[in-house]
Amino acid sequence: MLRVHDLTVARGDRVLFSGLCFELEAGTARVVMGANGAGKTSLLRAVAGLLRPLAGQISLTDYEDRQAGLYLMGHQDGLKGGRTAGEELAFWCGWAGADPAGIARAVERLALTPLLGLPVRVLSAGQKKRLALARLVAVPRPLWLLDETLAPLDAGWRQAVADLAETHLAEGGMILAAAHDPMPFEHQVLTLEAGR
Amino acid sequence: MSALVLLFRREFGLAWGRGGGAILALAFFASITALTPLTVGSEPERLAALAIGSSWLALALSNLLSLERMFERDFEDGALDQLALGPVGLVGVCAVKALAQWVAVGLPLAVAAPIAAAALGAPDAILPLALMAAVIGGLGFAFTGMMGAALALGSRRGGMLIAVVVLPLFAPPAIFGAGTLAAAAQGLPWVGGLALIAAWALFSAVISPMVAAFSVRDALG
Repeated sequence: MLRVHDLTVARGDRVLFSGLCFELEAGTARVVMGANGAGKTSLLRAVAGLLRPLAGQISLTDYEDRQAGLYLMGHQDGLKGGRTAGEELAFWCGWAGADPAGIARAVERLALTPLLGLPVRVLSAGQKKRLALARLVAVPRPLWLLDETLAPLDAGWRQAVADLAETHLAEGGMILAAAHDPMPFEHQVLTLEAGR
Repeated sequence: MSALVLLFRREFGLAWGRGGGAILALAFFASITALTPLTVGSEPERLAALAIGSSWLALALSNLLSLERMFERDFEDGALDQLALGPVGLVGVCAVKALAQWVAVGLPLAVAAPIAAAALGAPDAILPLALMAAVIGGLGFAFTGMMGAALALGSRRGGMLIAVVVLPLFAPPAIFGAGTLAAAAQGLPWVGGLALIAAWALFSAVISPMVAAFSVRDALG
């Protein structure tokens, strides 16, 4: 279970939101909505531990260090244009602690085989996103933080990723997603309003 | 342990191959060495007197070249977020980045240093020592430079800032390195100077990753 208590986050000297409290039970998803600049990305980065909040506590059940129990899929995929998709897949899955069987499972679920020999720079935004999503399949971790992850994907792959998300939730995982559109899996909504 | 090895291989590949890391640094080093006789005159006696100092100056400048790339690209494409969330912590990530920089850029330059010194007329007897001093000094250059690159992260014109921050910190190895070789060339004891370079390299290998991790965390947050 993810617990966020009395969270206040600021960028520069502007407070984005304050006193935010919510809980995310195992097997549930919550979609963070709000206008541009409302702090959706900052909330995800604070939960990931990359952004130090002004005040508040964040905890993840069973994980002393919550970074070991979560994935952050940011706007950017962190893939190097000059390296091949196969090299990037092997590195990022290995960095998350994947074994070869896990990587093979991710390649199969995300249909990455035809991409592996290509340099990342020739891939489309949607293909890069699929490549970046591979580690979520390769090594299970309970909490997924998804920042506009579905935006670059086509209708077919949105459905495929929604299936992945539903499997993850059915296995007791949690999803906290930032999005402008409703996500194609069962979820509650958390709306961020300026200065709340 | 395997995560560190994995990261080292990635960082080495990025430092060595793409963007011409080592090749560019070697070409720059060769250019400075070739310019020396054009600027100070080509009389062998004068060049020989300058050979050691000039090759150490070229070494320090060439080690600056590819520093900007160490964090800036990973910062811009979001990879640094994922590295920060990884299993080894930012201090480990920074240390591995500096080690990869040393192996990919510092060691080729260290091999080139005695060649440049010999080309300018330094005595053959000190060339092995020149190699050793450049290898150890290169380790310190890589760690100190990595710290500068992390401090300049996210600022505009970071490359210039790195040079201004880092070059003064390159003074100790330049002094000890050139001094050691000059002493050896005159038949004086040189072990103390080499030990001082090693001490500086170890000092920066311990301090720099912590400082760099702190400034990277600040840039990400």
